[in-house]
Amino acid sequence: MTQTSLPEFEGCGVASGEQPELRPAFLPIYLLLGMAFGFILTRSEVLSWFRIQEMFRFQSFRMYGIIGSAIATAAVSLALIKRAGLKSVSGESIAIPARQLGSGVQYVAGGTIFGLGWALTGACPGPIFALIGNGVTVMIVAVVSALAGTWIYGWLQAQLPH
Amino acid sequence: MTAWFNREWPWYVAGPLIGLFVPALLLTGNKVFGISGNLRHLCSAIVPGKVEFFRYDWRRAGLWNLVFLAGVLIGGFLASHLGTSHAINISPETMTTLSKLGIHDFTGVAPHELFTWQALLTLRGFISVVVGGFLVGFGTAYAAGCTSGHAISGLANFQLPSLFAVLGFFAGGLAATYFILPLVIGRL
Repeated sequence: MTQTSLPEFEGCGVASGEQPELRPAFLPIYLLLGMAFGFILTRSEVLSWFRIQEMFRFQSFRMYGIIGSAIATAAVSLALIKRAGLKSVSGESIAIPARQLGSGVQYVAGGTIFGLGWALTGACPGPIFALIGNGVTVMIVAVVSALAGTWIYGWLQAQLPH
Repeated sequence: MTAWFNREWPWYVAGPLIGLFVPALLLTGNKVFGISGNLRHLCSAIVPGKVEFFRYDWRRAGLWNLVFLAGVLIGGFLASHLGTSHAINISPETMTTLSKLGIHDFTGVAPHELFTWQALLTLRGFISVVVGGFLVGFGTAYAAGCTSGHAISGLANFQLPSLFAVLGFFAGGLAATYFILPLVIGRL
């Protein structure tokens, strides 16, 4: 697998099929955006194991309201960007690369495995890091373990159904 | 700082703000919002080995996202230090359910019975942190995305693969909540 297959991996955040540029001048912007995100994850309490339990037990609307309104806001923004044909500040045409569904096994199986981990840790990847910032330092171990999980996936990739 | 800034934010403030990260990242550098790719970038940077999945230029593909991730950690630190610390105000039903399972300390952002260094040495703490963390890393790599990449970026773009992934997230989360957690918290 080379760079060309990266756009398939949404989490990698490569929005166009072209070789992404490093653009060091933009890095402070990403740092500030990340700080805002960590701040919001804390104030929204999305990073809390208790909130995740409340969600999976259907005992509060809160998490559904947050995720639902986040999707709606993102969808409207995306539609507006596409309609206006906007370019990014970096000068590229904005596009989210299409994903191929294939058999769908990768998404259902991988998604279910992640879901199990989401409920056990009470945190998805972003919140795990925000929790470390919040002083739940034992989550450093969860990060190391998540890296091991990602590595084992990479090692087994050819053997797994996708 | 005003009181609202330091307390928990209502869903209708927090949700739209989270959603705005999708256009913000696209408009800045044509980047797709998604956190879990960072786990892959970190593997690629630290221990790529001979694994094809990690043999790519992680700086070009993911340095921006790793910087974003560092920001998330700093943002969490700032929020916890600027705010007034308070217990998470979960619903009374959830509190009752969790008390029955064996969670009695509701003071932190995550239960101290499971998420402290001391608790890591207990089987239930180990399963929550180490097993849970492993499944998060394996699952997000397999599904090629997590809550941010699939649930928010993907669904907002009406992508069918992301819908499949999100249904998986909930199937797994419900299974762990109703079948695994009672054993983990209650008996171990």
